[in-house]
Amino acid sequence: MAELYEGFTLCGLAAGQSRENSGLLGIEPGRDTDHVIVTGAGRTVTVYKVSDQKPLGSWAAKQGQAVTCPAVLHGQTGEYVAVHDSKVLRIWRDEDINFEKVFKATLSAAVSRIHALPSSEPLVLFQRGAVRQLDALLAAPQQAVEEVLSEEEVIRWSSCFLEAEQPLLLFSTEKSGECFLYLQKLSPNVLHKYNIGSEGKGVCPIGFTATLEDKCITLMCLYSNGCVYKLLVSLHPSVEGEQHLPKSLLMKLPVSEGVLHRAAIACLEEGHIAIVGAPPSASTGDRDFLCIWKTNFPTPQASKELPGGADGPLWCNAGKLYVTHGKVLTVLPYRCEKSSLAAALGKLKQTSTQGDVYKAFCLYWGCVGVSREEVEEVLEPFLSCSPVSPQFQLGLAHIAVELLKRCQADPGFYPQSVLARLAQTGRLSHSSCPGFLMLALEKHDYFLAQLCLQHFPDIPEAVICACLKAFLSVADADLAQVSVDLEGVSLVDGPGQSLEVVQNGFSPVLLEEDSCDVQLTPPKLDQSSSWTDMSLTCPLFLQYLQYLYVRSSGDVYTQLPGLRAPTMTQIMDWVSLLLDAHFAVLVMAPEAKGLLAQLHRFVRSQVRLYSELGKIQGTLQELGKIKKEQEIGLYSIEVIELF
Amino acid sequence: MGEFKVHRVRFFDFMPSGIRCMAFNSKADRLALARLDGSVEIFNFSNNYFQEKVIPGNDSRSIEAICWVGCDRLFTAGLNGEVVEYDLERLCPKYTLDAFGGPIWTAACNSEETHFAFGCEDGSVKLFEILPDKIQFERNLDRQKGHSVQRILVDRGPAGTRNKDCVVWNVAFLSDYTIVSGDSAGKVQLWDANKGTLIKTHLVSKWDVLSLSVSENEDSIVAGTSEGTVVQFQLLSPKIGDTETQWVRTRTFKHHTHDVRAVTETRTAVVSGGLDTQLVICPLMDKVEVKSSESVLRKVIFPHRSLVSCAKKPSLLLFQFPDQLELWRLGGTDTIGKPGESLPVTRKPEKLLQLKRKGDDHICCSTISECGHWIAYSTVSSIRLYQLQCDNNNISITKVSKLPKVLRSAHQLQFSADSSKLFVASEQATIHVISVSRSECKHVHTFKPKSDVFLPTGSSAPVHLLAASADGQWLTSANRHCEINVYNLKKLKHHCMVPVYNSLPSAMAIHPETNNLLVTHADQQMFEFGIVDKQYTDWSRKLQKEGLHRCRLKWGTPVTHITFNPQAPSQVILHDMHMFCIIDQSLPLDGLKAQFYSQLTPKDTSETDKPRKNNALKICNKYQPLLHVNLLEDDWLVVVERPLIDIHSQLPAPVRQKKFGT
Repeated sequence: MAELYEGFTLCGLAAGQSRENSGLLGIEPGRDTDHVIVTGAGRTVTVYKVSDQKPLGSWAAKQGQAVTCPAVLHGQTGEYVAVHDSKVLRIWRDEDINFEKVFKATLSAAVSRIHALPSSEPLVLFQRGAVRQLDALLAAPQQAVEEVLSEEEVIRWSSCFLEAEQPLLLFSTEKSGECFLYLQKLSPNVLHKYNIGSEGKGVCPIGFTATLEDKCITLMCLYSNGCVYKLLVSLHPSVEGEQHLPKSLLMKLPVSEGVLHRAAIACLEEGHIAIVGAPPSASTGDRDFLCIWKTNFPTPQASKELPGGADGPLWCNAGKLYVTHGKVLTVLPYRCEKSSLAAALGKLKQTSTQGDVYKAFCLYWGCVGVSREEVEEVLEPFLSCSPVSPQFQLGLAHIAVELLKRCQADPGFYPQSVLARLAQTGRLSHSSCPGFLMLALEKHDYFLAQLCLQHFPDIPEAVICACLKAFLSVADADLAQVSVDLEGVSLVDGPGQSLEVVQNGFSPVLLEEDSCDVQLTPPKLDQSSSWTDMSLTCPLFLQYLQYLYVRSSGDVYTQLPGLRAPTMTQIMDWVSLLLDAHFAVLVMAPEAKGLLAQLHRFVRSQVRLYSELGKIQGTLQELGKIKKEQEIGLYSIEVIELF
Repeated sequence: MGEFKVHRVRFFDFMPSGIRCMAFNSKADRLALARLDGSVEIFNFSNNYFQEKVIPGNDSRSIEAICWVGCDRLFTAGLNGEVVEYDLERLCPKYTLDAFGGPIWTAACNSEETHFAFGCEDGSVKLFEILPDKIQFERNLDRQKGHSVQRILVDRGPAGTRNKDCVVWNVAFLSDYTIVSGDSAGKVQLWDANKGTLIKTHLVSKWDVLSLSVSENEDSIVAGTSEGTVVQFQLLSPKIGDTETQWVRTRTFKHHTHDVRAVTETRTAVVSGGLDTQLVICPLMDKVEVKSSESVLRKVIFPHRSLVSCAKKPSLLLFQFPDQLELWRLGGTDTIGKPGESLPVTRKPEKLLQLKRKGDDHICCSTISECGHWIAYSTVSSIRLYQLQCDNNNISITKVSKLPKVLRSAHQLQFSADSSKLFVASEQATIHVISVSRSECKHVHTFKPKSDVFLPTGSSAPVHLLAASADGQWLTSANRHCEINVYNLKKLKHHCMVPVYNSLPSAMAIHPETNNLLVTHADQQMFEFGIVDKQYTDWSRKLQKEGLHRCRLKWGTPVTHITFNPQAPSQVILHDMHMFCIIDQSLPLDGLKAQFYSQLTPKDTSETDKPRKNNALKICNKYQPLLHVNLLEDDWLVVVERPLIDIHSQLPAPVRQKKFGT
């Protein structure tokens, strides 16, 4: 899960800036993680200490001059480098006060950007595509600079990396609707050109971000139709000349009107990206949102509404996002957690701040003493729709938690039907709302308890025991009124079978009814003396255990040959084949020793498990056998039809 | 195509005998296997592992060791103290010879195949010289006389079993002077024969190591244990590129539930057999080059021939056991049912007769006439014919005492369709035609095999399959040289020979109306030969082109019986161990490629299934394992099943009790 923390304003922006012009040229890292260099759109360069929200130094160009490229810090010398009026290079130190008096060099061509690298000479990217190292440029400022780009080709974005002590510069250009990507390597000086291809009429890339990982640059590109594409740029392309770079769709943002005009994208850690200018869901019409998305599963992880209009640009530096909105530059610290199984299963405690909408709901119920009817009324339409976003799921958990709080505080308050509906969504888990099941038990609501047992994947052992105890001690008379479905208990649907079958043994009729209130649908329970406590709880408990078992073992045997990953049976086939054919070789190979031992350990534990399963199978097999044996004796007469 | 009422018969108590020992002849690619009842079987590994020959057992013969000499000489030795050489054409002992050392426990032949050594109960080893047509005693190596040059004392088992004596069940001597021993403490040990020292001990079982086998090039040893496992050792170098090699335990197979009494290794597979009666051919995947029939695990459980004969009209079944025949009358019902139903049995099946054989020799073939009035069986020493009178509940059986003198022993017996003649395939490769009637049995004619001009004269093999036409005009015979001869019974002369196909015929039958001969071979091929036209029929050619065998190739067992449906003359019914199928010759074969349906649940026939009706091949695998399938009158089928669990339940308890539930 990613989180966005409460932000703060770093500085105001120059007045009179229109929405199209954010008023900032760029934000570059300063001498440590707490310092940034903010280059205004006009003449000013300011260094801030972020944690103090305080400027440490500010320099401004002369009236009539304009800084044209974001100032950067030369990591090796501690000097700042900036360009004004496209061609005039300025270099200064912290102690320099007068910008007019600092080092000045006039270049022969217009500069697009300067890129600083922590342990290397800064790179100067000229507007016509040439690249120079700063020291080489300073040695002869008036040196001729070649034109790399063709006429009308404009640099839209650039970024630089350091790979194996070698600086690399990646920049994208646009020429009459077509997009190109250049990868410039220095020493040796190699330039690769790629064609990104266009995305149809009127759709253009509006934001880029790139990361370098494992000798491969991952470029993410946000298009105006809301699609985020991923392009992999190899550092060692094998082919000469212009190449077409294939792109894969990473996710599609919910763009309500179909076109984004301005938005920005920034790459964060652990497969997260931040996007400003596009809402987390289509229903949230306004676009002034900063959102963190996970790219593996295109889901919004955290979002923040930014009043005053925010659609970029967006910078990211040292765990903080810098975004301009309204007339301020806001700093938003964020955290991207590594995705873990626990988090995916909802077992990690959620402390984040997502779901403002639901929070509002929750506050409403938690604080105000609304009646049960009111709650039902409010929630009914909400639960009737079935959105599948994770936010909805989290929202459900919030609602459940708040309702629980309310129930615990007010013994008279017990919105049974709402709780049942919540449980039936199948999106709650024990960890997301602990106490839910216990509440049901406290209230002797066996119907709800059964629902919980059927839908919660992660009930701890202690709670199951408590359930069992409660079930065993329940009086028959109590049960007479409860709509515990005994018929359906034996029919267990594994969770992996299909998504539609989440009723887990409940008759669909019961589900389709609008209300599952105890009073409204008293089941036709045959309360004959044959019903013992055990006959009620045992199948239910077994059903739950089976549900857990099937869940944990996955649908090993129901899977079709995998499209993405091989199935268990395929893996077993391969392992068997390999061991069978090359066992001798493996035994003799020293490098395989550890692997084989490890495999053996795992297989041994599996065999132990399966021997237990064998016992269960043996027990159950006898059932089938008894039936069969009765049917076929030594002689029988049957009718068959062959067709 | 059809609804059938099925007699589902499970009362044939067929019990195969346990496997005692085996020997693989790599030159001939054949495996010889001896069972506990003294019978010997020969499997042709290059012909789909077909059970080519069966030499029936004998009560007084108990085989402990089996040995090939050359390509075609087979010897056994056993606890009766005798060495037997077999006549592999006539399928009977050629001669027996007493070794005069008491029961013989083990036998070995030297690699030059000049001498035999027999290990006898009295502790002596008898050496015999192998001569072209016999073996001759040469010398006696007595334990007491100090011949031994090296004495190795095998240690007792691990702690806890030290008070038990250790019995060495098996030794193998490798050409590099390594001795391999397998003993009752579960050890496989390697010894240096020169120094008499132990090289390595492998503990492979908690129980006995009962059998050992060394591969031909001495790079692999397999050992069978009484736990039912087979363990392989391979001679490998510990490091790649190292020239020094050592024996490393590699694979463990577990295909048996009981003692593995015999193991051997072919080029591509480990072959094992034991008390659980099944022969297991387990492919070594690293030796199998292409995926073929060689790469499939095979279990041979039932003989590759029919042990059941059926008298269709009176609904009688004759079961052949080694020591007796059983005659049963099938039951009946009054009710009619829908497909998928079981009908109430209103008349129970009845065992009419249990006929014990005379003498020590086991029954090798038997038959019942179509009318049910005649039963014949043969052992290697005699043929017996019985007349059966069955009116109401009185059954009387009379042995026909005066049989023609020419009848001595038969490899196959068959009555004509009208039950007036008995055809006897003799051990001399001739076929005697005997007319049978209440008054007398007369020798009518003897068909001599028409030898192929390409084969040297006198090489004709005995006949193992006979088929007679319904109109009484034709008789066909198939022999183990894959020759199929057609004889004209009216003219009493040889009619023609079916072109020789290089796989043994496993079953054949003559169509009652068209007189076309249908033959299935051990390699699952099927041919139809027009007897009158003396050529393959169009259907047969089409079948070869379209390839019915593609569907059938999955099953490793050969077809053992073919019959026709008198109600629907185009239907052929044939079966193997796992299924029976009906082939409709009137339907196009092209459907076979596209569709192949197994019919586990034959009951649901909706309109959408209609195209299936045009499928020429209908398969039923509801009943298995099958010993026999036949079609009686009025759409009655009889299937004889022998559930493996019934066989297992008759086996002694295995040494290691299997875990509950498995």
